[in-house]
Amino acid sequence: MALPSITSITGTAVHLPGADIDTDRIIPARYLKCVTFDDLAGKHFYDVRFDTDGNPTGHPLDDPRFAGASIMMSGPNFGCGSSREHAPQSIYRSGFKAVIAESFAEIFFDNSTTLGMPCVSAARKDIEALATAIEEKPETAVTIDLETMTVSYGDPSFAATMPGSARQALTTGRWDPIQELLDNEDEIGKVGIALPYV
Amino acid sequence: MGKTLYQKVWDAHTVGSLADGRTQLFIGTHLIHEVTSPQAFGMIRDLGLQVKYPQRTFATVDHIVPTENQNAPSDPLAAEMMEALRRNADDFGITYFDLSSGKQGIVHVVGPEQGITQPGTTIVCGDSHTATHGAFGAIAFGIGTTQVRDVLATQTMAMEGLKVRRINVEGTLRPGVYAKDVILHIIRLLGAKGGIGYAYEYGGSTMDGFSMEERMTICNMSIEGGARCGYVNPDEKTFEFLKGKPYAPKGREWDAAVERWQSFSSDPDAEYDDVVNLRSADIEPTVTWGISPDQGIGIGESIPDPANAQSEAQRASYQEALDYMKLPADTPIKGVEINVAFLGSCTNGRLRDFREAAKYLKGHKVAPGVKAIAVPGSQITAVQCEKEGLDKIFEEAGFEWRAAGCSMCLAMNPDKLIGDQLCASSSNRNFKGRQGSPIGRTILMSPVMVCAAAVTGAVADAREIFHVDPESAVA
Repeated sequence: MALPSITSITGTAVHLPGADIDTDRIIPARYLKCVTFDDLAGKHFYDVRFDTDGNPTGHPLDDPRFAGASIMMSGPNFGCGSSREHAPQSIYRSGFKAVIAESFAEIFFDNSTTLGMPCVSAARKDIEALATAIEEKPETAVTIDLETMTVSYGDPSFAATMPGSARQALTTGRWDPIQELLDNEDEIGKVGIALPYV
Repeated sequence: MGKTLYQKVWDAHTVGSLADGRTQLFIGTHLIHEVTSPQAFGMIRDLGLQVKYPQRTFATVDHIVPTENQNAPSDPLAAEMMEALRRNADDFGITYFDLSSGKQGIVHVVGPEQGITQPGTTIVCGDSHTATHGAFGAIAFGIGTTQVRDVLATQTMAMEGLKVRRINVEGTLRPGVYAKDVILHIIRLLGAKGGIGYAYEYGGSTMDGFSMEERMTICNMSIEGGARCGYVNPDEKTFEFLKGKPYAPKGREWDAAVERWQSFSSDPDAEYDDVVNLRSADIEPTVTWGISPDQGIGIGESIPDPANAQSEAQRASYQEALDYMKLPADTPIKGVEINVAFLGSCTNGRLRDFREAAKYLKGHKVAPGVKAIAVPGSQITAVQCEKEGLDKIFEEAGFEWRAAGCSMCLAMNPDKLIGDQLCASSSNRNFKGRQGSPIGRTILMSPVMVCAAAVTGAVADAREIFHVDPESAVA
């Protein structure tokens, strides 16, 4: 399967402040009742965007100034908790192409990478400075460069990090590993035979 | 230099290196359920692929099963998902522990119960609590649905190796303190993100003394501490638990298996990336007060005051948690009124959990106005409890005795909090909205503490309610 290389993402950004934003908050469990991911667009962060009567709460995701944002920003341990891939799927299908956070929970990170949605980590002070900049000027174009591992917005820029393997997978168009896994059929068989319980 | 169990299992299951540097890891056991697998089956159908090792893939239905009448989901979407699992299991020749099998239950209860969960193996499931199986000395972890596709199609997945943190817990727990308190204490100390990049190896005399059920409670919540995988080295208790289970090796194969399983234990001179030492005597019955599992305190402590936070970030987190929980800062957690008591889940829904809870609950009544439900982790667990008459003890006390499933842990079935109800829960997550109401509130605790809260109508110290002397000598 030939996949495009993902070397940089440019777009406007929206900041969702807070620590330990879990995948239940990203996509409430009732939206997991689906046999495909096709209808998850717009369901992201539903219960913090709308109150129990269905009225908008004034969440940044619904702020018209940040409409069309394709980069999400947040705090530490983003995507913790449940392994539900519905979480990154709902973010991705709602128009986001990348996430910048102080750190990521591993399963969320893996799920996002396999979807071709880069998750890059950065220092709190840098994320906060960028958040201040987009608050003042929401139309600020933000670029995440996976070749140089920098995030830039106009003149300012800061360093971002990402595990080398994910960066390699994204920038070389191998972020969905299925074909490579399939190609190693002989080796898979050998390991299976060597394991007495298999 | 010796190796850890993690390294040994990893090495034995390594297929090779992928171009991006990750390891292609062979997955010995793949557990699937109705919520995170149908999309993956759709993907392999779209790609024209088959299930490579159907004999190493096991299915059950747990997340959306109603617990009042298991066979009658009132929700058409739930029925559709259960039907999809049936069809996928049939089409691809996968063993399915369905509702009529007598073996259905929460996937992390079923695996050990069937003897499918074994030491020295790799186990994955599209569920973050898969680390539960690490109690048997397996490397077990949760995966996403696209990874479920990968494992279905190839019995392998792309994986980055983890560092290993050894967590030693030494000594004897004081009366009224349980495995649940130990793991809530560990998460409180190391944080909800402390385990990112690590597998947690739990050891020390406290872990050695624990039953398999208690070890499962510990490993289960590794993910709440950020560790994708947690395990305990296998020992005689592990082998004793597995002996005679349906999928455990039999006869001469059993002896060979035990020998092999023992060989996976971490070597005495294994080197760890980090070591944490705890004393079990320092651990109190622990409850959460906030919206992250690391927001825990001893039952005798007060709810933290944001004014005393260590940083602005922590202050903001504390305030957000207090606002959501509608709890006042700097007041005792003991006495906070509850509306619902939930006993069950893959953390604390096994026979020993219900036995221990019933031991104290007997002769008490659930406080007026409190809805209390007890949900066994599996159909087998339910039968075991009923044989011992535990169901009657719960019912006489005023609990509803339900059928097996995940139930109010994540509330994908009809068991949900209503409005801002506060639930004393033996489950694993106190996230905003976790138990089915977007404004519902959760306080995590051990099963015996759930019973104390149920009969008091408020968060309580079970040792006081049930007259357990915290300083008494341990039998």
